Amino acid sequence: MGKIASSSSKNAAGFMGWLNARLPVTQFYKDHLSEYYAPKNFNFWYFFGSLALLVLVNQILTGIWLTMHYKPDANQAFGMVEYIMRDVPWGWLIRYLHTTGASAFFIVIYFHMFRGLLYGSYKKPRELVWIFGMIIYLALMAEAFMGYVLPWGNMSYWGAKVITQLFGAVPGIGDSLVEWVRGDYVISDATLNRFFALHVVALPLAIVALVVLHIAALHTVGSNNPEGVDIKKHKDEEGKPLDGIPFHPYYTVKDIFGVGVFLLVFLFIVFVKPDMGGLFLEHDNFVPANPAVTPAHIKPVWYFTPFYAMLRAVPDMQMGALIMLLAIVVLFFLPWLDRSPVKSIRYRRWPYKVMLSLFAVSFVVLGWLGMQGATELFKLMAQVLTAFYFFYFIWLFFYSRNEKYHKVPERIGDH
Amino acid sequence: MTDNVNKSRRNLLISTGAVGAVGACFAAVPFIKSWLPSERAKAAGGPVKADVSKIEVGQMLTVMWRSQPVFLVNRTEQQLGVLESLNDRLKDPSSESSIQPTYVKGINRSIKENLLVVVGICTHLGCSPKYYPNLEPQQFDSEWKGGFFCPCHSSRFDISGRVFQGSPASRNLDVPPYTFLDDNTIEIGSDGEQV
Repeated sequence: MGKIASSSSKNAAGFMGWLNARLPVTQFYKDHLSEYYAPKNFNFWYFFGSLALLVLVNQILTGIWLTMHYKPDANQAFGMVEYIMRDVPWGWLIRYLHTTGASAFFIVIYFHMFRGLLYGSYKKPRELVWIFGMIIYLALMAEAFMGYVLPWGNMSYWGAKVITQLFGAVPGIGDSLVEWVRGDYVISDATLNRFFALHVVALPLAIVALVVLHIAALHTVGSNNPEGVDIKKHKDEEGKPLDGIPFHPYYTVKDIFGVGVFLLVFLFIVFVKPDMGGLFLEHDNFVPANPAVTPAHIKPVWYFTPFYAMLRAVPDMQMGALIMLLAIVVLFFLPWLDRSPVKSIRYRRWPYKVMLSLFAVSFVVLGWLGMQGATELFKLMAQVLTAFYFFYFIWLFFYSRNEKYHKVPERIGDH
Repeated sequence: MTDNVNKSRRNLLISTGAVGAVGACFAAVPFIKSWLPSERAKAAGGPVKADVSKIEVGQMLTVMWRSQPVFLVNRTEQQLGVLESLNDRLKDPSSESSIQPTYVKGINRSIKENLLVVVGICTHLGCSPKYYPNLEPQQFDSEWKGGFFCPCHSSRFDISGRVFQGSPASRNLDVPPYTFLDDNTIEIGSDGEQV
């Protein structure tokens, strides 16, 4: 009460005083920006949270503009995208910002998640931050998949077919579930229309709400840092962390620099190589959807390929779908699978460093394998790497229990 | 605290909440059911007719039914002759766990011995397999005896649409319901008088 009284007496006059008496705008600004104390040692890896926010804004803005020219109709959708590209003023730019933004979103998110793995940001007390983040990742996958269907190219069509077919793996009700999801016996206009509704209304609403929860949970417990030490343990007389600096202006300035570098790379791709040689926009999707012609090589966009490789590695469809699902579910439990008290990789010993590196490499190689044709050698490689993906978590669970580690400093800069 | 609780008010609160929850479940039904295929989609999924007299021996005709390709193959004596010998290389030689009408039996999986009718959609992930009719070694199988090969994930099927071991697909190709209206005309998507 005292705090509110003193701050309101300070700001009682003028427009802000009037406003704050009705809505605590100044307090909100302080809590989340000017008096949100973040550790002073954020490095390169800490750019990706704010970049994810930037890309989200880009997707929402360009997405709204795209809906102004697009029609979710199986007979018109493909033509509407070409119309946006050729006839709508600046339509090509808005569309390429959106399509490149989708890939950029996953690049940024994968870096952001790997940062969490490096510095143990998922550990107590940040379990909820991690879980909200994982739900955002799931929602983003659904959002990206449905967005990919909207141009109604041949890869949109067959990709939608393969992915919705996965619901058929549910025992007992599988086939009727697939019909329910598609709204028809096959992928059709009904499917396209509902994917449009989910892509532009339902999922963006959910993602924005989840981002609010993700940040609210983070700001409740405070940010982790590359040292993995708790800055709240050492505070000055005013109760401010000694190793913390206000987010604004220190980190807003740092993040703006990050935004500058990011935009250089991002816009270079948008202007020069928007299809990224078939990686961001697949060649088969420049042909209209055709139920009678299967593309010679069906593969999802790059950000799904690690999981796609796992699906293909298993010779049984139900088991494959289950493995793919488990690969994502297991990540939710990471805060409880890693039982080491040490957060940052800097103070963990070589076995952890080696295993985490191998884990990251196996994920990337699985991603590469998911883009390749299915040969026996690649299948075997995918099987080995899928096994390692799961082995990593089992290993971590047992290893981290009595893990030996280096002494963690009390404060940042105490070596 | 519990002493201050007005029991009857609390019970009223709980029962109101419970009735509300039941109501919410009922209210969810139209939203969930509106995702089911519409009446128009059901009507468009009706049966289709095809003339099978024009299919030469060894040739395949593709007919669209519910926007899916249906393969009609007039199989050769040679193709039919090897079916029995393939049994031990197949996952489900007698089609026990495959999706097919009850009136389609045996290793031929057809009503008329020579005429195969299968949905041309791979039971793995829904690609459309390609027809490789000849009994000669192929890149994907050195002992190929004619059948279908899926270019997506290398599932292999024999000339009755039965899946080979080592394929990612776990089920034989589906046989749709079909009936012969006369010797030359087939209707796909209806059982006729057969059930």
